[in-house]
Amino acid sequence: MAEYLLIFRGGDAQTAQQSPENWQAHMQKWMQWMGNLKEQGKLIGAQPLANSGKMVSGTKKVISDGPYMEGKELVGGYLLCHAASYEEAVEISMECPILEHDGTVEVREIKALAM
Amino acid sequence: MVSVLTKIFGPENLETAEDVVQQTFMDAIQLWKFKGVPENPSAWLFKVAKNKAIDVVRKNKYSRNYDFNDSERILLTSEYTLTSTMDKLWNEDLVQDDMLRMMFACCHAEISTENQITLILKTLCGFSTAEIAKTFLTSEDTVSKRLYRTKEFFREQKIKFVIPSNEELHNRTEAVLNSIYLLFNEGYSSTHSNELIRKDLIDEAMLLCKLLLENKSTQLPECYALMALMCFHAARSDSRISATGEIILLPMQDRSTWNFELIASGNEYMNQAAFGDAITSYHLEAAIAYEHCIAPNFAKTNWLRILDLYHWLCKIAPSPVAELNKVVALLQVEGALAAKQHLTMLGEDKKLHNFYLYHSLLGEINAQLLNTVEAKQNFETAMKLSQSVPERKMLQDKIHALLN
Repeated sequence: MAEYLLIFRGGDAQTAQQSPENWQAHMQKWMQWMGNLKEQGKLIGAQPLANSGKMVSGTKKVISDGPYMEGKELVGGYLLCHAASYEEAVEISMECPILEHDGTVEVREIKALAM
Repeated sequence: MVSVLTKIFGPENLETAEDVVQQTFMDAIQLWKFKGVPENPSAWLFKVAKNKAIDVVRKNKYSRNYDFNDSERILLTSEYTLTSTMDKLWNEDLVQDDMLRMMFACCHAEISTENQITLILKTLCGFSTAEIAKTFLTSEDTVSKRLYRTKEFFREQKIKFVIPSNEELHNRTEAVLNSIYLLFNEGYSSTHSNELIRKDLIDEAMLLCKLLLENKSTQLPECYALMALMCFHAARSDSRISATGEIILLPMQDRSTWNFELIASGNEYMNQAAFGDAITSYHLEAAIAYEHCIAPNFAKTNWLRILDLYHWLCKIAPSPVAELNKVVALLQVEGALAAKQHLTMLGEDKKLHNFYLYHSLLGEINAQLLNTVEAKQNFETAMKLSQSVPERKMLQDKIHALLN
């Protein structure tokens, strides 16, 4: 069974506009989705990310504030899970609550590095 | 609260759970002093404890002392689900189950009964170390050591925090009932204290047993029987001591002061204990207590039935105390001579000589047979063996009565 990283983008704008009640209902959906994965023993870990950040880039190690991207492209969080195949990982992603807020889920398999 | 937190942090981190509770109460004292007590104090306390628990989880997610890989706890590690999971864990219906789990964890077979009760008083009844020390007439140091050892045991053995499965349930419940029973006995007839009756211990024991009865999986006949037994005894507790704290013996007790409400609920529990075919010592002891409760006075007590029940009890759960009590019933049914014969036979087992009750009973019988000198000696030996002030006072009175 391989590991997959699901990268969440966007969806922030809608989340921010919500009333506290709706926000709670939305978090309840995350709870359900991840709870299901937990029940199946597939959940490894997940965290949301703060909007602000820093960038360290290149051989010169330039430090800058950032990443100033459009909200839609900004990575907002991740989830690491077990899945048998890309098909299954995609299936898992279909249930991700961020899609309801018009976000995207990028599904990537963790690669084993041959030494 | 300690129970819920122990579920969250794992039994190996019982200490952290206790710290969080203590900090919560300290916060409460400080804040309430200035702002007054909030409308719903317990909700306030739960909320503060919950937030503190969230902090602990955040701080210790990657600590080796916490096992968050446990499937139940993995949702606590993600910020997406941390607060929702925490809310769910504090749900009131679950809290009761947590207390049960705690009870079973405290009564693990490899923990000595003394330590079991100490831990129960600390984690479930909220007794302070000093209060526990007072209960057992030991030093706070000893109690702390006992608690420390038990917590170490949890940590090393990675004790699971669960309600036992069906196969184990009876055995494990037996240990829990035993602890509750001892706790109740200590309250009902305190061996270590200046007061004969410790109402607080009686209440706690009954509360714990009620918890068992409120959960479907632990509604066992023996639990009902123990509850009935405690009701019958507790109903009579007020009439057992005078206003000045002296013992009043059964024949002299004012039966109108008995709590008939408690007797009635004892009765109900007794009926519920009757399902299934299990007859435990609790069933028999409850039946005996019931006979005492329904007797209009001492003389009209159905001693024959009580003697029968004691015969039965000695068969399924032989114990020195049961044997001695059988002799008490025998004394009423067949008279002093028969009782003395039986008691002398029992006395061949020298272990019995360590019980104050043995000597005091022998003294009673000798007094009835007008063997005044022997009776006096018996009472004096009994006095040396009793640690309780009221008991010694009662024996002293008996000696006085003899001499007059």
